[in-house]
Amino acid sequence: MAKFQSLSTAINENLFSGSFVVFEGFTHLIPYAAAHETIRSGITDLTLARMTPDVIYDQMIGMGMVSKLVFSYAGNPGVGLLRRLRDAVENDWPRPLAIEEHSHAAMANSYEAGASNLPLAILRGYQGAGLKGINANIKSIECPFTGETLAAVPALRPDVAVIHAQKADSKGNVLVEGIIGVQKQAALSAKKAIVTVEEIVPELNTHPNACIIPSWAITSISVVPGGAHPSYAQGYYERDNSSYLEWDKISSDRNAFRDWMQKNVLEQGPEVFNERVEHLRD
Amino acid sequence: MNYSSYEIMVVSAARLLKNDDVCFVGIGAPSAACNLAKLTNAPDITLIYESGTIGTAPDVLPLSIGDGELCSTALTTVSGVEMFNYWLQGGRITVGFLGAAQLDRFGNINTTVIGNYEKPKVRLPGGGGAPEIASHSKQVYIIMKQSPRSFVNKIDFFTSYGFGNGFNERSDKGIQTKGPQLLVTDMAIWKPDPTTKEFEVVALNPGVTREAMQESVGWPIRYSETLDENIPPTKLELEVLRDLQERTRIAHSKTGNSGQ
Repeated sequence: MAKFQSLSTAINENLFSGSFVVFEGFTHLIPYAAAHETIRSGITDLTLARMTPDVIYDQMIGMGMVSKLVFSYAGNPGVGLLRRLRDAVENDWPRPLAIEEHSHAAMANSYEAGASNLPLAILRGYQGAGLKGINANIKSIECPFTGETLAAVPALRPDVAVIHAQKADSKGNVLVEGIIGVQKQAALSAKKAIVTVEEIVPELNTHPNACIIPSWAITSISVVPGGAHPSYAQGYYERDNSSYLEWDKISSDRNAFRDWMQKNVLEQGPEVFNERVEHLRD
Repeated sequence: MNYSSYEIMVVSAARLLKNDDVCFVGIGAPSAACNLAKLTNAPDITLIYESGTIGTAPDVLPLSIGDGELCSTALTTVSGVEMFNYWLQGGRITVGFLGAAQLDRFGNINTTVIGNYEKPKVRLPGGGGAPEIASHSKQVYIIMKQSPRSFVNKIDFFTSYGFGNGFNERSDKGIQTKGPQLLVTDMAIWKPDPTTKEFEVVALNPGVTREAMQESVGWPIRYSETLDENIPPTKLELEVLRDLQERTRIAHSKTGNSGQ
């Protein structure tokens, strides 16, 4: 059964230096508050994976707490490049970053394989693509029935998956709605799943096929209203597009980045997220 | 009506889309073209964004691939696994749109690195869905502005495969789809030669000279024997496009004051 915990307890009890962690979300429901709590926890040498590492990964990479990144698209969605990630890959600042690069289709299947307790994922992928030549974790496999050559990638089995969702019921069953990405697969591929939610409600009151992660498949739940800002939570608040535009400027300079992180992350707590989404609520 | 080179690019792409197309839409010019088509010549077109939104009809253009507007106006929204496996690999997409940081004459695309992969001059975002959009969509349409930096003789990295070195290389690799069939730029419309698979210019935009074309492209350009002049945007097309962009501008300026 999921434990209801404060965010700092949830992070400090489950994430450690050297852990393999995924903070998933596809533009929607990005677990910003949990990532910021992780930055404050002071752990380092993390291996991170995500289909779309965006601003939170840029922040963690820029803070020097990431040793390896597994990903398929590393950009600031709708804005451009990730400048801290670029600085790490191009200039080793603040430390070298190992990268393992895939396509979205391969990563989605890697999570599904992890959740399905399989060792690998198979797809008709990477045909003619250069990644096959530089990523040793992209291999070929022959279909035993047709002889077709297909791509194979290892299952993702993170130590911890962190996601943000709309709500949990009082027993800790979690509802994820809207653009759901690979959050369910990520949560079930990991040894532990940490979920932040907008609110706790007595009953989820939804339809029979809703995307629900049962309480007994979750390690820890923390209530953090606004915890996905500046991404959004469908039904709660809109995406703060201007923050993504601003990040392009903040992240373009090492000192500006560090000052901003000091003021807006290190010196803050999860309670600020509720204020940050005030003007974005319907 | 006067129009910009961006407007004729978006309008030209929109005109080529049909009601029965199922489009895998990218952000930027492809998104503008697909939504313009939906508002003009192809009202029943199916638009799919890789965030999992199927049959979406946004009132304004999304800033990101996963804006809430895409989900709330969609027929249904599916998981990432379902998106890439059932709908893309399953062969349901008729037109996949791609852009590029670098493009070569055979429709091969680089969005991964400028320079060497291990020690890049510029680390770009990478492929995302593109490697499989390029191989699984029945056809690939490319929309991008011409410039010597992006239309290069040799791309630095094969993010998404077009026709390789041309001729039958694509089908010899076992890829069953048609590959890049259309390249719409701010200056011209290009299509692949049926034999060599090299892009050749089939229509020049009004006022564009061959000299200007060559200055923006890093390989010797081939022209179709039946070279046409592209038709300028109509008043209606421009009005609908400009309305869409104005609605988008207003909507995006509302979510200001980050407070972050």
